[in-house]
Order: sequence, then C-alpha cells, then structure tokens
Amino acid sequence: MEGFVALYIFMLAAFTGYEIISKVPVILHTPLMSGSNFVHGIVLVGAMVAVGHAESRIEMIIGFFAVLLAAGNAAGGYVVTERMLEMFKSDKKPAKKGGH
Amino acid sequence: MDFIIQASYFAAAVLFIYGLKKMSSPADARKGIVWAGVGMVIATLVTFFHPAIHGLDKVIVIAIAMGLGGYLAWTSGKKVEMTDMPQMVALYNGMGGGAAAAIAAVMLIRQDGMSQTVQILAVIGALIGTMAFSGSLIAYAKLQGIMRKTIRFPMQQLVNASTFIITVILGLMIAFGGAEYSMGTLTIFFLLALAFGVMMTVPIGGADMPVVISLFNALTGLAVGFEGYVLENPAMMIAGIVVGSAGFLLTQLMAKAMNRPISNVLFSNFGEASGEAQEVSGTMKEIESSDVAVMMAFAEKVIIVPGYGMAVAQAQHKMWELVKQLQERDVTVKFAIHPVAGRMPGHMNVLLAEAGVPYDIIYDLDEINEEFATTDVTMVVGANDVVNPAARTDPNSPIYGMPILNADASKNVIVVKRGKGKGFSGIENHLFFGDNTRMLYGDAQQVAGDLVSDIKEI
Repeated sequence: MEGFVALYIFMLAAFTGYEIISKVPVILHTPLMSGSNFVHGIVLVGAMVAVGHAESRIEMIIGFFAVLLAAGNAAGGYVVTERMLEMFKSDKKPAKKGGH
Repeated sequence: MDFIIQASYFAAAVLFIYGLKKMSSPADARKGIVWAGVGMVIATLVTFFHPAIHGLDKVIVIAIAMGLGGYLAWTSGKKVEMTDMPQMVALYNGMGGGAAAAIAAVMLIRQDGMSQTVQILAVIGALIGTMAFSGSLIAYAKLQGIMRKTIRFPMQQLVNASTFIITVILGLMIAFGGAEYSMGTLTIFFLLALAFGVMMTVPIGGADMPVVISLFNALTGLAVGFEGYVLENPAMMIAGIVVGSAGFLLTQLMAKAMNRPISNVLFSNFGEASGEAQEVSGTMKEIESSDVAVMMAFAEKVIIVPGYGMAVAQAQHKMWELVKQLQERDVTVKFAIHPVAGRMPGHMNVLLAEAGVPYDIIYDLDEINEEFATTDVTMVVGANDVVNPAARTDPNSPIYGMPILNADASKNVIVVKRGKGKGFSGIENHLFFGDNTRMLYGDAQQVAGDLVSDIKEI
C-alpha cells in the first residue's frame, strides 16, 4: 500500500477517535473504554490472514494463538460492553423519584 | 470476491465508527455496541474467503482457535460480576495486544519481501502489542487480587529503562536488518518486550490501574493499526488507530481527573512521598449504626460518596434501598461521584445504574462540590483518597493537588469502612480524624442493610 495513503488513513482515523471521545459524559467512560476494547478485536481478521500466510509449524502455532486471543478479545469485549450498556437502557430507569 | 471482501471491510470500518459514536450518548449507547458487533461479524465472515486463506486445514485451524477463544471469553464475560468488569476489560485487552504481537511474529519469522516501511511498522506493532499483552495481564492479576503486592526495588526505573532501550535496539536491528536478522534476535526481542510490559506495570499501585488499563487499551489499538498496515487491511488500520487516539485521550482525561500527568502515574513510585507527610492529629471516633440511622432520618440533605469499597461489598442495591427509605422521609439524597472513584472512570455510575438509581440524583465533582457546606450528613462508602483533605492541605502528600470531593465541609461525615487500615493507596486519610467525622465499621452491604432496618424502626 502506498505509504502516503496509509499516512492519510492514520491521520484521519486519529482525528475521528479524538472527536468521538471528546464529548463523552463521564458516566460512559467505562463502557466506552470497553467498547473501544471490543473494536480493536478486529485484529481477529488479521490473525486469520496470518494463519493463511503461515507455512512452517511454528508459524501455524503462533497463528493459532493469534486467532484464539483475538477471538477472545472480540467476544469478551462484546459481552462485557453489552452487559454494561444494558444497564443504561432508558426503560429500566425507575420512574420513582423524591418520594412525594 | 476481492471486491466483496474490500467492500465488507469498508462497511465494518463505517459501522465501528458509527457504533462508537452512538456509544457516546447514554440513550443510544446499547445500539452502538450492536452496530459495531454487526461490523465485526461481517468482517470476520468474509475473511474466510480471503485469498491468503487457502486449503481446508487452515480453515479448520482458524475455526477451532476462534471457537475456543470466543467460547471461553464469551462465557467468562457473561458470568463475571459487574464489580469485576475493570479487570475483564484489562484481560480482553491483553488478548488483543497478544494477537497483534503474534501476527507480527508470524510475519517477521517469514521474513519474505517486506518493504522497509512494512518491516518497521511490523516491529513497532510487535513491541507495543507485546507490552500491552503482558502489562494488561499484570493489571488483571492486580485487580483480581491474584497479585496483591506492589513490587518496588532500588534502581527500578534504571533497570526498566535499560530493558526498554535494549528492546528498542534489538527492534531497530530487526526493522532495518532486511532479511538478515536471526531467529535468536527475534526471540530475545519478544521476550524482552514481554518482560518490559510486566516490569513497567508491577510497581504501579492498584489505585492507578484505571489509567494504566486505558493506556494499554490505546497501545493495543495502535498495535492493531500498525499490523493492519503490514497485512494491507484498512479495516484494521482504521479501527486500530481510532481506538488508539480515543484511548490516549481517555487516558489523559483520567490522569487529569487525578491531577497527575501520565508520566507521573507511570514512573513515580506512588505512595512514597518525597518529604515527611503531615502528622495527623486527633483520633478516629466510632459510631453505632442506630445513631447514624437517626442522624440520617432527621437530616434535610444527605450526600453519599461511593468508592471501591461499595463495589467490593456489592452494596449498591442496599444503598439504593437506604436512599429510597430516606426519600420517603423527605430527605434530599444525592450521590457524589469522583471521576476516579472505583477502578475505572464511570465505574460507580455503572454500579448505581445496575441498582436502578436514576441519573438525576447522581452528580459529578464539579456539580456538587459547593453543596457539601450545606449538607447535614455526608456518607462516605468505601471511598478513600477521593475525599482526603490532604490533597488540599499537605504539599508532601502523594495525592497533593488532586481535586477531591470536599466531604469534610459538611456538618457530619459518616465513613463506612471495613477496618481501620489505610486502604488501597496506603495514604493516611485526614478526613477520618476530623472532629465532625464518625467511623462506622463494617461491610458496606451489611451496614446499609442495618441502616435500612434501623430507619424503619424510627
């Protein structure tokens, strides 16, 4: 891939990430950290391709663990984030307030 | 087929950004993770048709690894208590870093036809991915209580710095060595990077773990982004770098809330004040649960300051019950949340949301700090450093300068605490010795339960 095209992609992605976070209320910091943790689970795709490239036995073994770890990142990240955000659903918010 | 794969990756990248954007508003947050999840499934499925993956044996290897890793993480993520979420994020993050490092390892072992730029980025990704892997596992072990000790020894910074420098030199040899570097160099490089991740995390105290986890999250993102370039995969590049920059900003926000630069969190041995810390005068005065019940029941305004102790005791449900009791007696009750209360920013908010506490009685530091002066009873539940007045008054205190909740300004302070110890950071808390402070010892859940029944009897 062209070096400069990659540089543009990196630059724009970096600004996007910065923008997304800059307006987040404190209450969502933990879920968002968890959510971004899930998003880098896309490393799974790379791990699969790495297994594809692997030829020797040692490469295969490392590739196997790459996929295993990446799948853990993606699946675990999803479940944990989903469970946290589940609690922010508006319909679960109790209407009762103040006791008057 | 190539067009479909590329189009799917593009769609996945869009869904990730859209999902993260949604996650930044409380009402739509849950939809955000679902959209990002859809992106992940699409990207994963089309990758089975990637030209590099040929032959049934490889598909089987991938399927077994994916099934195993995915199953273990999914079930553990489902089972874990809400209070243990921070360490799970650390664990899953470490796995991602490890995966990025493993990808780099496969590509570097193969040694074939990488351009100079690709080779450099593969090495950088390997270095930070490996650090994030071993560092996150240590963070996990610390929060999970597997590893309680904070290991510090003389010249530690020097040893760590030398390890890092040697690792970087080996990295440079590999990155600029064309195809000349030996397998030995590569192995030592990875081992040293692993060791450095452990060594840099081991001396950091548990109270600083949220900042560290957030930093490792950002590092994993970067590693994934760089390995994405190596594999010519734009979805990985975009998702990785977005997470990387978002993660660094989040880390900064957290460190700012503690009023400590990130370098300070990482490299200063927290808990070892430079000068003599001020002597604390006075004694800790104990109080009975029934007296607290009377005090709270006849107060006009009560503020509750939750901390990690509430999380450990799983006391959020009982606390909410207590608050409802008080509200029935027309007591105004508010929750005051310090940005770094608990083990992650927003940790307390998540727990209170789980218990069903409405958002509108939960306040941030800035919103509520003025109000302590007009509050009858402030109840500190398992929080410590975030209410320590030493942060305002004692320049020798390790937490000097950190913005705190001014609980000491209220008329009465009740501190719910398990025992008389100094708590997680090991810093003496001046609040506990104040004239207006009473200590209520016990497990937070037990205490809240007692208070509920005591108030009912009044």
